[in-house]
Amino acid sequence: MTATPFSLRDMAGEPRQFPTGRPSLICFVKEDCNTCNLAAPVLEAFHQAWGDVADIWLVGQTADGNAILKDRHGLTLPILDDGALRTSLAWDFEIVPAAYWIGAHGEQRAPLEGFVREEWETLARQIAAELAAPAAAVAWSDLPDWRPGCGSKHLDPDIHARLLAEAEGSPIRARRIEIAPADDIDEFMFDQGFSDGLPVVAPTPERVLRMLSGTARDAQDIVAVVPPSMAPVTVEKIAINAVMAGCRPEYLPVVIAAIEAVCTDEFNIHGVNATTMGASPVLVVNGPIRRRIGMNMKQAALGNGNRANATIGRAVRLVVRNVGGARPGGTDRSTLSSPMKFTMCFAEWEEGSPWEPLHVERGFEKDDSVVTAFAMTSGPVQIVDQESRGPDQIAGTLGLGLEGVFLSKIHRMPVDALLVVCPEHVNTLTSGGPYPKARLRDRIQAVTTRPLREMVANEVSGAGISLASAAKMTETQLATPSPKFADGKFIHIVVAGSEAGKFSAAFHGWLTGAAGSAVVSRKIEC
Amino acid sequence: MTTILDPTDERVPVARQITPRTGHISGVIGLLDISKPRGNVLLDELERLLAARYPGVETRRYAKPTFAKPCPSDLRLQIKSECQVLVEALAD
Repeated sequence: MTATPFSLRDMAGEPRQFPTGRPSLICFVKEDCNTCNLAAPVLEAFHQAWGDVADIWLVGQTADGNAILKDRHGLTLPILDDGALRTSLAWDFEIVPAAYWIGAHGEQRAPLEGFVREEWETLARQIAAELAAPAAAVAWSDLPDWRPGCGSKHLDPDIHARLLAEAEGSPIRARRIEIAPADDIDEFMFDQGFSDGLPVVAPTPERVLRMLSGTARDAQDIVAVVPPSMAPVTVEKIAINAVMAGCRPEYLPVVIAAIEAVCTDEFNIHGVNATTMGASPVLVVNGPIRRRIGMNMKQAALGNGNRANATIGRAVRLVVRNVGGARPGGTDRSTLSSPMKFTMCFAEWEEGSPWEPLHVERGFEKDDSVVTAFAMTSGPVQIVDQESRGPDQIAGTLGLGLEGVFLSKIHRMPVDALLVVCPEHVNTLTSGGPYPKARLRDRIQAVTTRPLREMVANEVSGAGISLASAAKMTETQLATPSPKFADGKFIHIVVAGSEAGKFSAAFHGWLTGAAGSAVVSRKIEC
Repeated sequence: MTTILDPTDERVPVARQITPRTGHISGVIGLLDISKPRGNVLLDELERLLAARYPGVETRRYAKPTFAKPCPSDLRLQIKSECQVLVEALAD
């Protein structure tokens, strides 16, 4: 393999180009490594012996360290400054000293890393032979048999990611924004409008590069077109916003799949953002990834305290805000809006459910990891029942709890609801044997069925069927039994929560269907 | 100096130009109902007033399939090719 060319300055500030056209011994060192200090005088002896027919160079990893090495050992060989560490990164070794002998034909061989006296002696004999020159004056017997080297400075965790981000071939393409030292980074990002109102993590190239390690997808793949700006969003842009939201790299595939889901025409994130009703995506995660990334599906699943739950939903919001341009006061016209607009994401506790998980019900394999997006305007609204002991009783309670969707008097609604049944309510439901979801949906519809006349406007509430319309209806029409939902299919059911507490919850939907938003699931490509 | 990466779509904002005002009403006026409840009430009244005051002016009615989604591009092109002026009714 041919050695990578470089141009580095020596201690006089003169540029030194590699390759030089002559056989070369290039040795990378750092001053605070004892083994490098052992090797430096040996290399000086090599330079004394062969410097007129070969280039024997030290490449130091800090400029200050180079000066110390020179003084400490009285070195006269050229010492080059790789304080930027780009050449170290390009040469791709792990340990210093790393000595490369590049022969007359430019062939780079595996380096000697650390100091094994026998290897160095062998190399010295080989060089002398190839150069047809006398042996170097090294008192080998005074040197130890071996000494381990030190980790190269370019592999320091704080430095390595930055070097990769800046290196040729880096996947980073986004515009770089320089923040002056006098500026407060957090305040700067607020000022730019990048934030949802809470502090964000600075999306430095190093952090974004680490975030991109969470997916096998190419950083420049276009994932979706984000309304209202109709801006194409790349994996890289999603990664930037995921960093800002506080995600770990392993969450990134979930965020990508969620963006795919909400940016479909069916989900219609444009309308979800724009409506004065204050709708927001509610994301439910199913499948093996829930446990792999440590999502909360049990105690406090719908609340704060879990990084994955909190930051995945927030990352989706930041992408829609920053890439799509949807901001409150702009195209987000919510009258009151909702804390769900910061984040709302949780996992289903499939293991605690007597039913098929949500994603299986929606046509995926059990081993698939899937995110499902619901457009919801309210929630979680608690449904409290600590007394019911019969399955139909608790199912009845869940139905009554859903009657408040939009407004309790409004029935026959073609609107989605997401019912989150807690484990204790599941236990009561199944205490007499299996209680299929279909039966639960039927029960919800049954207990919420009211005659249509209860929807007619009256002195209590003018909402519902207008008096003029009601006047044209027959008694039979006004007596039409009207369940809460136009169809049981609008009731979506999952299980989550702790094993203590008889408190289920419901999310209330927005405008369901082609004119508004439909529930969309996307497989998470890990 | 700290470097961060731009989280936005990096588009340079383009100032939107308002169509020049002619100072008079003529030609074909489009009336677009965005399909919110009672949008038709507003447009019906507007159409009546236009017919009364400007007998020579033609009005044409259009409707978005749903107020919740952007206007379909076909409909936008149709309106653009048929009308000189468009009034969009929000209502509620």
